[in-house]
Amino acid sequence: MKIGVFVCHCGSNIEATVDTAAVAAAAREFPGVVFATDTMYTCSEPGQDEIVDAIKEHNLGGVVVASCTPRMHEQTFRRTVERAGLNKYLFEMANIREHVSWIGKDREANTNKSVDLVRMATEKLLRNRALHPKKFTINKRVLIIGGGVAGIQAALDCADGGLEVVMVEKTSTIGGKMAKLDKTFPTVDCSSCILGPRMVDVAQHPNITLYAYSEIEEIKGYVGNFEIKVKKKATYVDWKNCTGCGICMEKCPSKKATDTFNEEIGKTTAINIPFPQAIPKKAKIDPAFCTMLKKGKCGICAKVCPSGCIDYEMKDEFITEKVGAIVTATGFDLFDWTVYGEYGGGRYPDVITSLQYERMLSASGPTGGHIKRPSDGKEPKNVVFIQCVGSRDKSVGRPYCTGFCCMYTAKQAILTKDHLPQSQSYVFYMDIRATGKLYDEFTRRAMEEYDTNYIRGRVSMIYPKGDKLLVRGADTLMGTQVEVDADLVVLAVGAESSAGASELAEKLRISYDSYGFYMEGHPKLKPVETNTAGVYLAGACQGPKDIPSSVGQGSAAAAKVLGLFSKDQLESDPQVSIVDIKRCIGCGKCIQTCPFGAIKEIDFRGMVKADVIETICQGCGICTSTCPQGAVQLQHATDNQILSEVNALCQF
Amino acid sequence: MKVININSSYNSEFVKEVEEESGQKLNLCYQCGKCTAGCPYTDEYDICVSQIMRLTQAGQKETVLKANSLWLCATCESCTARCPNQIDVARIMDVLRHMARREGYGGTGRVKTFWDSFLSSVKNNGRVFEVGLLVNYISHTGRFWTDIDLGPTMLPKGKIHFKPTEMQGKKEVEKIFMRFKEESAK
Amino acid sequence: MNTSLNYAYYPGCSSTGTSIEYDMSSRAVCAALDIKLNDVPDWSCCGSTPAHTVDHSLSSALSARNLNQVASIGMDSCITPCPSCLANLKTATHRMEDEAFRNKVNKLLDKPADTRVSTKSVLQILVEDYGIENIRKKVVRPLKGLVVGAYYGCILNRPAELMQFDDSEHPMAMDNIMEALGATVVPFPLKVECCGASFGIPRKDVVMRLSGKLLDTAHAIGAKALVTACPLCQMNLDMRQNQINHANGSHHNIPIFYFTQLLGLALGLTEKEMGMNKLCVSPRTLLDAMANEETIKEKAA
Repeated sequence: MKIGVFVCHCGSNIEATVDTAAVAAAAREFPGVVFATDTMYTCSEPGQDEIVDAIKEHNLGGVVVASCTPRMHEQTFRRTVERAGLNKYLFEMANIREHVSWIGKDREANTNKSVDLVRMATEKLLRNRALHPKKFTINKRVLIIGGGVAGIQAALDCADGGLEVVMVEKTSTIGGKMAKLDKTFPTVDCSSCILGPRMVDVAQHPNITLYAYSEIEEIKGYVGNFEIKVKKKATYVDWKNCTGCGICMEKCPSKKATDTFNEEIGKTTAINIPFPQAIPKKAKIDPAFCTMLKKGKCGICAKVCPSGCIDYEMKDEFITEKVGAIVTATGFDLFDWTVYGEYGGGRYPDVITSLQYERMLSASGPTGGHIKRPSDGKEPKNVVFIQCVGSRDKSVGRPYCTGFCCMYTAKQAILTKDHLPQSQSYVFYMDIRATGKLYDEFTRRAMEEYDTNYIRGRVSMIYPKGDKLLVRGADTLMGTQVEVDADLVVLAVGAESSAGASELAEKLRISYDSYGFYMEGHPKLKPVETNTAGVYLAGACQGPKDIPSSVGQGSAAAAKVLGLFSKDQLESDPQVSIVDIKRCIGCGKCIQTCPFGAIKEIDFRGMVKADVIETICQGCGICTSTCPQGAVQLQHATDNQILSEVNALCQF
Repeated sequence: MKVININSSYNSEFVKEVEEESGQKLNLCYQCGKCTAGCPYTDEYDICVSQIMRLTQAGQKETVLKANSLWLCATCESCTARCPNQIDVARIMDVLRHMARREGYGGTGRVKTFWDSFLSSVKNNGRVFEVGLLVNYISHTGRFWTDIDLGPTMLPKGKIHFKPTEMQGKKEVEKIFMRFKEESAK
Repeated sequence: MNTSLNYAYYPGCSSTGTSIEYDMSSRAVCAALDIKLNDVPDWSCCGSTPAHTVDHSLSSALSARNLNQVASIGMDSCITPCPSCLANLKTATHRMEDEAFRNKVNKLLDKPADTRVSTKSVLQILVEDYGIENIRKKVVRPLKGLVVGAYYGCILNRPAELMQFDDSEHPMAMDNIMEALGATVVPFPLKVECCGASFGIPRKDVVMRLSGKLLDTAHAIGAKALVTACPLCQMNLDMRQNQINHANGSHHNIPIFYFTQLLGLALGLTEKEMGMNKLCVSPRTLLDAMANEETIKEKAA
């Protein structure tokens, strides 16, 4: 094989600490190399043309590019060599940027290491062979995990685009966090007025199947052909016949159940529909509070239900759905602020979270939209908002900025004045982050028109003084300590990844950061993709996001799914395992270890052999290291290819 | 008010010294003010603790070491306990006091005089001799009325002794002070 | 329960003077609970706040001499009633883990510092090693009718990384002990606020303001007494209560106990053993009222 080597400067990224000309010169001495050069930007159009020209001029059979990570440009250069008529697997990349120039300053050592990496790449390339992908048909259905605003947007866009959509929502209603909000910034329009119709659309869309109060149990398969096991949790109510009339709720004697939807501002009944606009509007029983389920006594809901839907014997049910793509839109949860002992750690009833305050502001909330102190039901006069509670705070392990608290705090201050014109709001803030369209104008309005008193500083302590709360903070602009007598304190609690996010990520085989937020394919260029083909992200599961951004991502993820499904067939990656039938002894170890179930047992002339199902194999290579005979070989990473790289590196 | 030239007035040696002696990184401070918010002594300070932090970060040695605040911090640790960036602010205040002493600032405050009297009592007796400490303090400040009102209440309680308690190793303690003086002079 | 609780005991300077009743009651309570205390032989001052404001190696050397004294009687576990001593001894041990710092300290000492000794407060071992439930079992004279708030002071629990005991913002150790003794505990909101510390002599005005706020708060929440675990806190609130009233125009008459005094009383020890007569604000009325409750109960029984 005649090999050409192209060593990239990447501007000064590589050239500043690697002598690329020397690397090219060294490469010319390697077996098989007939051409080597260094270029300013190999990925640029002239850079790629140089490769094409060299292939033709020198009749090259393979190409090595020494530049950045394959994650960046492997696809680019594979297309380049294909353009010159070579099979795209007759190409190798040596990463001399991330692995060399960016991590070391010693030019000589960097140059030597680059030479080693190029030598390894050429040795491997000599053993590469042309590979050809197979085509397989895809299932053009999409699974949306999470029924918040991002998931709803993705579901509706996909369904309107003609796709069949399966939506799985953990709680008994869709709507997510947005459904809990009273108004939205910066327009102060009613959250349920704009979200409600979308929720109804989900329920009514002929292309959407909704599983509420359900969770993802298991995910098998691969892009185009996923198999999803959904756990429909027992609701103890037959939803086919439940009309959502609410009589059961009226009559239920167990009235101390946890009201998750209302952020525990009030209590609810053991059988409940979370809120009037719930979708689906169906009742479910909370077994932790139902006397019938706990003690076998009561049964009132069964007696009063006009449709006879109550079924105390109901069990969890498992359903299998087949889809070709998955959009994850699992949102966020609030940080557990009770770690702040200095804010009372949850001991003071009139210190509440911003989301609890939303429920209080909402006409459909437990106070009917009236702002009342939880302790005594009185209207507050001085309301203190504290920002960055669980945001930008290393001491509680949350160094990041949640990003939307500044905005909702301004909104809540405005709404407070609307509800209680005699009230005065105070906002303790560190910086005001209002970078969206019309956002800064909005926070200014809170100050200029609604007389919100913004105080620049953190709060160090809240403690009860009589029937008020004394808030002790700093005004760093005045340069002193300040105290505010507050009737109500609202904590702008930061966002964290939703409960169970990491467990779901493991089922999806996608990566997540140290806070549990899902990793996008590329921080700039692949915001809704993951590194697992066919799995996309929408909304705050990727990182805290406000409504417009979440909706934008929902649509973006839908566009990606629609793009994927625009083809009837997908090409499978030929970098899969292949069994050498002559060497295989039929021990079955590979079948046991394959995490994807991609290897099956076959009968070959009366002998047991292993066989790889190419479309299922993900090319992980576990079987190759398990096989005692070396009979399974991963294409493009065979034992011979890997050993040749090792030999190239360890030749002295 | 004084206009400060931010680069020419930046004393990098000072910043380095504070960081080394305190083991804290000053640039972790983002001026949220939580230390000032919780500091019980802000009422007495001439410069609040968050501004001491900022001035130190900005290398304003003279202003920092002259601050009365340094002598009014009681090391109650509320700043350290609540700093979102886990800076040991109280330790920085301590280190600034050490530097101020070394460089001859803040020698007139009553708190410092009291602390000095306390330590001389320890040096002489191995333990604190409360009456001796008070007498020493009064003699240095001339504040002869200090706590005189407590006498009638305290005397009958048997809490006040007019002689220090004797301990064997008081020379050992004195040697610690002597060696410290020698080491500091080096 | 570990039946052989055995510690070196570092009383601290104030134990011989202004906080003599803390020392008396701590010793008596430990004896009553079969906790063996071995006096640190020929202990010296830890240096308290003044030493660490001068230099950290000086402060640690003064503490290290005492840690060495603990080691000299073959012990590695030391307890002290005083939070200021506790903070200094613990800080010294912690900082001397750093070799360069340890060397600096050793230059000031006759013999190199022994860094194996760990220090805890009397309160901590009562809660963690002896156990509140075991204390509850030993109560013979419950503190019925006593409405008390627990005030911990600033440095008993913080910084949390160093002190490693209870909650740094909302400690409960003394609340729980008082509850176990049968007292009615009212949550004291300023549990960890500073009382003015050692500024009583040089800056009495500061103590008047800070301790005054504590007494105002105690009064506002209906506490008839406060319990403390710190000689400085107790002194500022008790000995200076009259001064505070005078300065602030208040009329507080709130007895300030060491928690060990009330613990001892509940264990059946006498008022004299607990040094109740050493308190400046007389607890007489409160103690009589408690005794009355007791008799009423006995009569009823």
